[in-house]
Amino acid sequence: MCMRIEEHAILDVKKIEKPVTITVDDIEIEAYEGEPILGALLNAGIKINRYTVKKKEPRGLFCGIGQCTDCAMVVDGQSNVRTCITPVKAGMVIKTQKGLTKGE
Amino acid sequence: MLQEKDIVVVGAGPAGLAAAIEAGKAGASVLLVDVNLKAGGQLFKQIHKFFGSSAHQSGTRGFDIGTKLVTQAMEHGVEIWLGSAVIGLFPGMKVAIEKGVDGSEKEVITIQAKKIIVATGASENVIRFKGWTTPGVMGAGAAQTMINVNHVKPGKKVVMLGTGNVGLIVSYQLMQAGCEVVGLVEAAGKIGGYAVHAAKIKRAGIPIYMNHTIIEVKPGVDGCVEKVVLAKVDETFQPIEGTELEIEADTVALAAGLKPSAELPKLMKCDYTFSGVFGGSIPLHNENMETSIEGIYVAGDTTGVEEANTALEEGKIAGLCAACSLGYLPVSEVEVLKKEIWNRLEALRMGPFGERRLAEKGKMIVEYAEKIGAPSKEMTMEGYDYVDC
Repeated sequence: MCMRIEEHAILDVKKIEKPVTITVDDIEIEAYEGEPILGALLNAGIKINRYTVKKKEPRGLFCGIGQCTDCAMVVDGQSNVRTCITPVKAGMVIKTQKGLTKGE
Repeated sequence: MLQEKDIVVVGAGPAGLAAAIEAGKAGASVLLVDVNLKAGGQLFKQIHKFFGSSAHQSGTRGFDIGTKLVTQAMEHGVEIWLGSAVIGLFPGMKVAIEKGVDGSEKEVITIQAKKIIVATGASENVIRFKGWTTPGVMGAGAAQTMINVNHVKPGKKVVMLGTGNVGLIVSYQLMQAGCEVVGLVEAAGKIGGYAVHAAKIKRAGIPIYMNHTIIEVKPGVDGCVEKVVLAKVDETFQPIEGTELEIEADTVALAAGLKPSAELPKLMKCDYTFSGVFGGSIPLHNENMETSIEGIYVAGDTTGVEEANTALEEGKIAGLCAACSLGYLPVSEVEVLKKEIWNRLEALRMGPFGERRLAEKGKMIVEYAEKIGAPSKEMTMEGYDYVDC
């Protein structure tokens, strides 16, 4: 699944030569260094970022600007990372967050 | 020793940038703080051309205006801190700033300011229905950020709730990005936004469900949006039984208006008023954009949801007046400039949508004059458990 915009009438769509790899729940996906983690996830068809504490309901992108925290995930062992505003670094290890803490 | 700055501007959208540019140009030392990693606020989402006169950069796309403003701010010596959230304002004009992105070591730095300009913008309203938290349901602004800033589609088939300008423009931009917009849903009997935007939707043959609302979103086996259930509403906007209609979609975008993000002036106990026209509770200000507390200014959507153009102009006033109060500009010069800007604002607040806002702004300034008169020197310490730092 590829959700990246390939062509656009107005926007100068990013053509980045060197994609990097990040790992999401043990699966490797392609990403661009510096883009928000969430962008790479959407492109890979991953829409669920975390499950709520009590009812274990799925949550995903909601505000896209770091306000609502629905897209929080565990990134390199650190929980509650807002993926919509946190830039990708090569080799990041990301896990779906279950509850408030580590994504186990 | 705390770092000192003449003016700290919170929010690097059009209002904050304009304020910082004017104050920097006048010679004040300015720190512009924004929580995002890029300055420009929502301008970088706005790929459409602006309306209005040439004085208001009509025909220019939002992102080009954003780029120009950021360059100007840097030219005028404005220091810009990105990825930095203002987490508190304290008596004595102290601004606490948390620096650093999630997942990294963050530090809190307190700046001693002389004046503070709050230009924190607005946030999207939410409409609740059964299943509204299902992944795939999002703010229209969130969908717009994904396509226009991050260049990735939030989904393939989108239902848009709301036909105000945001609903109409984002629907069109989703189409430009290659998404299929399967329908717009409007509870009222008429389109909320400008006819010129609605025409683009109609020409594309996209159905607009008038007098309808979303009553439920059904998730698929993957837990994400699969079906959207609409129903017709009566005069009191209640769903009518038996009129349900099911649409297949993987994304629902909510364009139900915005409300001012005006938390920071509240910390300084500034006086507020409620305005339905402007989207909620907002800090009162005078013609200098100064709140009830001396030295705290507001500009842009923080003090009433409007447009980038009006935010820019209000920001200019705040920047000029703050710099003037510190002696960087002669009062006589600022009075002339201020009058010109208020005239331009009046020109922007015209037409069926603008007139209401013009009247409301006027009412706010009268309310300020009657209730407050002049900004007070001291913020009240009552109710504060305050430790000097």
